[in-house]
Amino acid sequence: MVQDEIFFDPTGAPLAAHASGALHVQDIMCLRGSHCLFDGFSLTLDPGAALAVYGANGAGKTSLLRLIAGLVPIQAGAVTLPAAPDMAVAVHYVGHLDGLKNALRVWETLHGFAGFYGCAALSEWQTKQILSLLGLSACADRPVGELSAGQRRRLALARLLPVARPLWLLDEPFTALDTQGREVLTRLVGAHLALNGMVIASSHEALPFATQTITLPAPQGSV
Amino acid sequence: MLKAVENLSAYYANPTRFMRLAGLLHAPVWGLALSVLVLGLYMASGVPDDYQQGATVRIMFVHVPAAWLSLFAYSFIFFASVTALVFRHPLGHVAARAAAPIGATFTFIALVTGALWGQPMWGTWWVWDARLTSVLVLFFIYLGYIALWQAIEDYGQAARAAAILAIVGFVNVPIVKFSVDWWNTLHQPASVSRFAPPALHPDFLYPLLVMGLAFMLLFAALVLTRMQMEVLRRRALIRQGARHV
Amino acid sequence: MRIFLALMFQQVRLGWRGGQTVLAIAFLFIAVTLLPFGIGPELRLLKELAPGLVWVVMLLTLMATLDRLFQADLEDGALDQLFLLPLALELVVLAKATGHFVVVVLPLLLAVPLAGILLNIEPVALPSLMAALALGAPSLVLLGAIGAALSVTVRRATMLTGLLVMPLYVPVLIFGIAASTPSAGGDGAVNAAGLGVLALFGLAALLLAPVAIAAALRAGLR
Repeated sequence: MVQDEIFFDPTGAPLAAHASGALHVQDIMCLRGSHCLFDGFSLTLDPGAALAVYGANGAGKTSLLRLIAGLVPIQAGAVTLPAAPDMAVAVHYVGHLDGLKNALRVWETLHGFAGFYGCAALSEWQTKQILSLLGLSACADRPVGELSAGQRRRLALARLLPVARPLWLLDEPFTALDTQGREVLTRLVGAHLALNGMVIASSHEALPFATQTITLPAPQGSV
Repeated sequence: MLKAVENLSAYYANPTRFMRLAGLLHAPVWGLALSVLVLGLYMASGVPDDYQQGATVRIMFVHVPAAWLSLFAYSFIFFASVTALVFRHPLGHVAARAAAPIGATFTFIALVTGALWGQPMWGTWWVWDARLTSVLVLFFIYLGYIALWQAIEDYGQAARAAAILAIVGFVNVPIVKFSVDWWNTLHQPASVSRFAPPALHPDFLYPLLVMGLAFMLLFAALVLTRMQMEVLRRRALIRQGARHV
Repeated sequence: MRIFLALMFQQVRLGWRGGQTVLAIAFLFIAVTLLPFGIGPELRLLKELAPGLVWVVMLLTLMATLDRLFQADLEDGALDQLFLLPLALELVVLAKATGHFVVVVLPLLLAVPLAGILLNIEPVALPSLMAALALGAPSLVLLGAIGAALSVTVRRATMLTGLLVMPLYVPVLIFGIAASTPSAGGDGAVNAAGLGVLALFGLAALLLAPVAIAAALRAGLR
């Protein structure tokens, strides 16, 4: 019941499995200002794997995620997914900031998540399903501005559901998530990985769903 | 880590070559600029008074070349920005940023000398005639460009945004010129005569051209110097480990 | 496209709930009310100046409302998500600009007749003024959005956006005023020329501005 019909493709049909192939990150460099955070960085992530990225503050965890998402222009190297020529439509990025609008109601936000990713309108049933998965059933009509921090964080995760994409990039997902939220996320990640999805998550703490880990070196002095 | 050093030095390889070249050119360009300027001023002072405008006609020898340079400098900024964006040449951004205050200054000089030149004729310090108005709008374009560079903290971001602004503004300049000219023809009261340089008699033409050349050389010298200063400044800041250069 | 409409309607919803409509109209009337204090309440003078005054006040109001167009999204993280949509960024920004047009500019246009009355506008002149403003408004929104996108990462960028946008507005203003003069009274050619050029500007802005806006937003990525 958890795996069936919580992930949908843009046409609204339940997703069978992701078919994107492995993620290849080759020799990328990250410059912040004129400061080089890391260089010649490579990794390969197979379908069904979840990578946890550790490192001190300022080591470049967020920059790495944003580079892979394409939100920071790539100056060297390449990031590729074999079956997805455009990285922008193959990733879901949940960053530090929620990307939520306080003036909208929770259900309007959900419908937005569906509509912006090109999905047919969410059915009543789908909306209820998603809300109950996230533990937000009681909040459907409330404005986002009235939610608690934990509820907002869970709602931000809702972005992952209406339209499924193969690669999830989560920036410190457990921060600001309450216990209930952590359970929800772990369950979602499990279902996503079972469908050959991939996850890269940065964190300061152990992530129960991670299948491999990597630690970014501490930020060096400038050259 | 070694690779990072390599990458950063690749970033500065071109600027290093540039600095070497600039060092060689520095003295000759300045020398040439100042000599031609002296020549131009000498020629301008030797020009006879205009029968209608009197001695004030000589302001023209500063006003007209300054106006030429204000447009030339902006074109320079445009081409430097395009080079930087399209060919990813980092010096393009440095050049554009260096040229902006100089272009703005020439524009300001054109405005002030225009006002000074016209005042005896118009009886007032400013009229909204087509040319002066266009130059005034150009001045605002420069101000906006400089302000954008100042406002954005991250150098790379500021450079890219400023380059886009330069391109948008460059497309806008002829549109503004066309619009202001058209606007002026609608509102031209017959009594205010458009002030114009006297018929371009060789006596006036040659000093004008020499002054134009002098200003262009001055522009080149100033931009070169400012670019050198900018490269040195950024290097020093990076060596100190500054975050925002 | 469905995504385009979804983005546009969200912009409208947020603008309305954020009070942007009311604030913009309020700003318009504040400016219009200040004018007679500045230039004197003499009706003949106001009548002559009215179309020009309305145009300038509209420009200033638009400049004041546009700077938050993208900055609000930057601050809450929604801007990042705009880059990850299956729709080209140029169309995404066009959708937002269209939404802004609907929620802010259309109400302002509807408020113009009342503003005109306060300035003792010639009633015959009102239709041409409305037509010219309606035709010029898309250009104004799109050009203003360029300024907003360039200054998106700058705190308190209202003044900066205004400065960046002012040279772009000058041609639109010139032809807008020309198009606003009523066609009776021998100014028919000027009127038609003005309207034609405004339409041309609108078309050019529609095709070119989204490219510049998208490039500016990309330049602001870090």
